[in-house]
Amino acid sequence: MATETPFPDAAPKRGAGAKRTRKAALRLAGIALSLIVTLLGLIAITFFIGRVVPIDPALAVVGDRAPKAVYQAARVQLGLDKPLIVQFVNYVKAVATGDLGMSVSTGRPVLQDLKEVFPATLEMATLGILIGIALGVPMGVHAAARQGSWTDQIIRVVGLAGYAIPAFWLGLVGLAVFYARLQWVDGPGRVDIAYDGLVTPVTGLILVDSLLAGETEIFFNAIGHLVLPASILGFFSLAYIARMTRSFMLDQLAQEYIVTARVKGLPERIVIWRHAFRPILVPLITVCALSYAALLEGSVMIETIFSWPGIGNYLTVALLNADMAAVLGATLLIGMVFIFINKVSDALYNVLDPRAR
Amino acid sequence: MAFTDMRNWLLDESPASRRQARWGRIFRISLAFRGNALAMVGLVIVLALIAMAAFAPWIATHDPIAQDTYARLRPPSAANWMGTDELGRDIWSRVVFGARITLAIVILVAVLAAPAGLLIGATAGYLGGWVDRVLMGITDIFLSMPKLILALALVAALGPGIENAILAIAVTSWPSYARIARAETLTFKNADFIAASRLQGASSWRIVVGHILPLCTSSMIVRVTLDMAGIILTAAGLGFIGLGAQPPLPEWGAMIARGRTFILDQWWVATMPGFAIITVSLGFCFLGDGLRDVLDPKSGEKH
Repeated sequence: MATETPFPDAAPKRGAGAKRTRKAALRLAGIALSLIVTLLGLIAITFFIGRVVPIDPALAVVGDRAPKAVYQAARVQLGLDKPLIVQFVNYVKAVATGDLGMSVSTGRPVLQDLKEVFPATLEMATLGILIGIALGVPMGVHAAARQGSWTDQIIRVVGLAGYAIPAFWLGLVGLAVFYARLQWVDGPGRVDIAYDGLVTPVTGLILVDSLLAGETEIFFNAIGHLVLPASILGFFSLAYIARMTRSFMLDQLAQEYIVTARVKGLPERIVIWRHAFRPILVPLITVCALSYAALLEGSVMIETIFSWPGIGNYLTVALLNADMAAVLGATLLIGMVFIFINKVSDALYNVLDPRAR
Repeated sequence: MAFTDMRNWLLDESPASRRQARWGRIFRISLAFRGNALAMVGLVIVLALIAMAAFAPWIATHDPIAQDTYARLRPPSAANWMGTDELGRDIWSRVVFGARITLAIVILVAVLAAPAGLLIGATAGYLGGWVDRVLMGITDIFLSMPKLILALALVAALGPGIENAILAIAVTSWPSYARIARAETLTFKNADFIAASRLQGASSWRIVVGHILPLCTSSMIVRVTLDMAGIILTAAGLGFIGLGAQPPLPEWGAMIARGRTFILDQWWVATMPGFAIITVSLGFCFLGDGLRDVLDPKSGEKH
């Protein structure tokens, strides 16, 4: 393509704008296509995982004392007598219509369970990412502006700690210190047992629901429970966001236009926030989206520690009970949200960054 | 004098033999590496881990599995450096023996995932065309999956245990290696020396394995070292949930899980193995950063 015109952007002809929009639309269509392919891939992987289970699902339904005819009937009913590819197509159809099977441990459809537990995870992860962005971005900018200072060193150590500290361990230590010793926060669970079930779930987000019901007491109680697990999740996204912000900022600060701005006599604050920070906004959005997706995944461990009734807790309980329908359903949901956030951030990057257009 | 002679021989600008060139390169890299304080700390930590694993019976003060119910939940003391757990087992000794498990996990995952990723990436990059598109399509699908959740589901399906945990982590970690190997392959796919060996009649397989793979190794070593921390954390997480190493194996994550009940009063049971995990993960991070600076200065953060 480069051989056609040496400088394609040097002399924009008429219709170049339309061409560019068409190109952007094509790229977005490509992202949408890859979203669909990746989701299909995810479904294929969970399908495969469901097949490698050493337990015969038909045997699990009828028990090992069942007569052969009953066992065969169960096999036919579960569709296990069909070729693998037919089974897969049926599985895709079932997933697309929201039929994720029945959970053995709760005795309810997996989809219904997931609808109930997902908002709790969303609430915790969202607060976590807000904490991560609110602290991580300024920390990264600060570290880059004062490269080599002691604050920069501390921020770098925090960034590394995010890679090296197990989330479940930090959760336990956090509980021991802030709940048991200092009593700054409330313990495991979403609210105190006394308040449990008092608020009718509308959105499933307890902070919103309690305010809607006008129960400020429950609202503040819920905040007391939420703040520690969300802060711990926030720490991990903070570590990642601060590290990436610092690196992006250092790249910008080394550019010549920054020297020009400084030579013009602009105050350092303006040089940093107006000139250097603007161009990194778009890549930062991608970083934050990635971090948000990672938090949804990382909440599995944290929820186990804090008995948080979210999808992570649901998944671990199902794992330990070998409740495969629930395991695969939760895996599918987390995977879909994860992939969706990733692809949306890809698309945003393409729309927002003038250089990517 | 022999030392300076040796040094001059190693640093010779125009090496006379292949051997001299090779040793000279290693020497220069080690000189650059020694100047990086954090990288040296990382190296020391990783060597300490290896030493701990190798000489565990001599470093441990107690039997890691022997129970002593009279001495249960003792705080750290001169006799039990990290205290004892709820069955009276010495935590220090269990941490020391746990080094073997951690080391085995990271080595096995690296041995399984890195060559698989290398081969897939190099094949895709070298052959190009539809092979490239299919292989990289699969790689991208795996790359955009949540790794931890996939590993969890896979272990749940295969059954709890350390072998399945290793397998699950390996299955979820090869794609990033494939990406790197492909990128590296594309940079020297059209180089003259590749064309020369193709003209001599070398098969694609021979070129990929004999010429392309060796050139990918240094960036691969960097990447694998940097990934070690993540592998250790995932393995510990699986152990913590109860899907990884099974009791009485002294796996660090499983040890933290056992200490969970006592975290409020007997804090040492859960915290001590955590310090071991953090130290080792940090060690691999430092080492990886240092290796990247000397082996692969183009990629990664410049600062």
